[in-house]
Amino acid sequence: MRNWVLPEFIEDILPPQARGIESLRAQLLELFRVHGYELVMPPLLEYLESLLTGTGHDMDLRTFKLVDQLSGRTMGVRADITPQVARIDAHLLNRKGVTRLCYCGSVLHTLPAGLTSTREPLQIGAEVYGHAGIDSDLEIQRLLTQALKLCKLPDVRLDLGHVAVFRALAQRGGVGSALEAELFAALQAKDVAALRSLSKSLKPATRDAILLLPELYGGREVIARARRKLPRHAEIARALSDLQRLTATEDIPVSIDLADLRGYHYHSGVTFAAYCARLPNAIALGGRYDGVGKAFGRARPATGFTLYLLELARLAPAAPAPGGIRAPRTADAALAAAIARLRAGGEVVIQDLPGHEHDGGEERCTRKLVKLKGKWQVRKI
Amino acid sequence: MSQITIALSKGRIFEETLPLLKAAGVVPRDDPETSRKLIIATSRPDVRLIIVRASDTPTYVQYGAADLGIAGKDVLLEHGGDGLYQPLDLKIAACRLMVAVPQGFDYARAVKQGARLRVATKYVQTAREHFAAKGVHVDLIKLYGSMELAPLVGLADAIVDLVSSGNTLKANHLQAVEEIVPISARLVINQAALKLKRVAIQPLIDAFAAATEKRSG
Repeated sequence: MRNWVLPEFIEDILPPQARGIESLRAQLLELFRVHGYELVMPPLLEYLESLLTGTGHDMDLRTFKLVDQLSGRTMGVRADITPQVARIDAHLLNRKGVTRLCYCGSVLHTLPAGLTSTREPLQIGAEVYGHAGIDSDLEIQRLLTQALKLCKLPDVRLDLGHVAVFRALAQRGGVGSALEAELFAALQAKDVAALRSLSKSLKPATRDAILLLPELYGGREVIARARRKLPRHAEIARALSDLQRLTATEDIPVSIDLADLRGYHYHSGVTFAAYCARLPNAIALGGRYDGVGKAFGRARPATGFTLYLLELARLAPAAPAPGGIRAPRTADAALAAAIARLRAGGEVVIQDLPGHEHDGGEERCTRKLVKLKGKWQVRKI
Repeated sequence: MSQITIALSKGRIFEETLPLLKAAGVVPRDDPETSRKLIIATSRPDVRLIIVRASDTPTYVQYGAADLGIAGKDVLLEHGGDGLYQPLDLKIAACRLMVAVPQGFDYARAVKQGARLRVATKYVQTAREHFAAKGVHVDLIKLYGSMELAPLVGLADAIVDLVSSGNTLKANHLQAVEEIVPISARLVINQAALKLKRVAIQPLIDAFAAATEKRSG
């Protein structure tokens, strides 16, 4: 008998953790709500084509697929909610001007993404559609910062990148798409040895600039170094001035990494990655991805972020929960009123069931309701 | 002060890394060849070494159990390198990953004929990719050591293995027929560690880079 075994990288979430996750989820969605982000709930599965366009480009291998019995078409279980929200903005809402949306839900991965050790991550995120300037990036950065602070993560920091730097170098240097993909992979690993051998055929100016990228990481001073050393293309200058605006924040330690090209296929501007102590991969990812809605009939500028709620809840310090209150089960109107009052105040009140009056009651109970001098009162156990 | 953990494997990598560590002011307190300790303190209180199996180094670093590690390119290719930065070719523990066959076996002809080769190797991923890129069908047999034996006892037609001097091949009447990739040890770094502990890690990278530069002239 092994039918209690769950598949690899799939887990049950048990009482204290589940409460912690739910509490963070509610607080984060409330934070998004008061900032004007409207909640949407896209479906668990949809036709594969819509899942794998735009930001879903990299998700093909990660997506569980099945055949729709009704239409005979291939469906996918979402591996990322962002393309669904982009579809909602581009096609369903079809609003003019700026739309702010947020979401929270589980996704499924065929392979565990990175080291998060789950194939069922819980994503929570916020997106702004319809504004192309740095101000919406700043708004998203501020919201992400507040979300991270709300979770009280240990040693949290925000790492910024910008895909336009490498893209400008590759385009102006006439780098073919096959080579661009190889250079991209080497840059992601900061593999300087591979970059050297791959870039041999390039123009010296392009080659030097690309070989410089793996060194362009660190604090704010990186921007000045990049300005001095990188070619003076307009796109690069704009990217660096965007990064300068974004690193001006004092709310969270920020760093810059110009070789971090995560999501290069769909990102079009600044990228965010948040890291914290005790986690070997990013806790939040985001950035600008203009034009993604094009696949759904309407190209819209877009910027946003996704947080991984299971990891967040694991790393966030648990809020101390006061123990429950044990109450007897007697037909006493005063008792019922006392219990109702306590519950309305947010207390956990557990009434004994017949036959269990004399065992210890639920372990969580640290207090009990007792009748003293004709009044129901809370006392320590 | 953040604690830095460096993963190393015993033997050649450890020995050839010692001068690089020394350049960064790190001298191990114990010798892993004689000590049975798996965590070795160093002359720097903020740096410790952990001794792992060579093929486990990328895993320790990927999961953040070590911040840095030194791993052969062979091990990294097989691992895939997910979640790792590999900023530095340390140019130590150099050798080549090669295809070898028994002396007298016409490898070029077998490939040309499109024969299905049986290949014994520890490097299953790398071998699969290499033969796929050449358009050769292979049946891979995963072995954990003494690959040279496989063709001698009829287990395989060819092997894929590291070759440094070629003496083991020669002693077993094998010959290297094809180089897959030159191998040397790389410095690998956990991505989050580089973001979170950059101030502590960067001087180590710089010292390793300078020492490597100096050694290779």
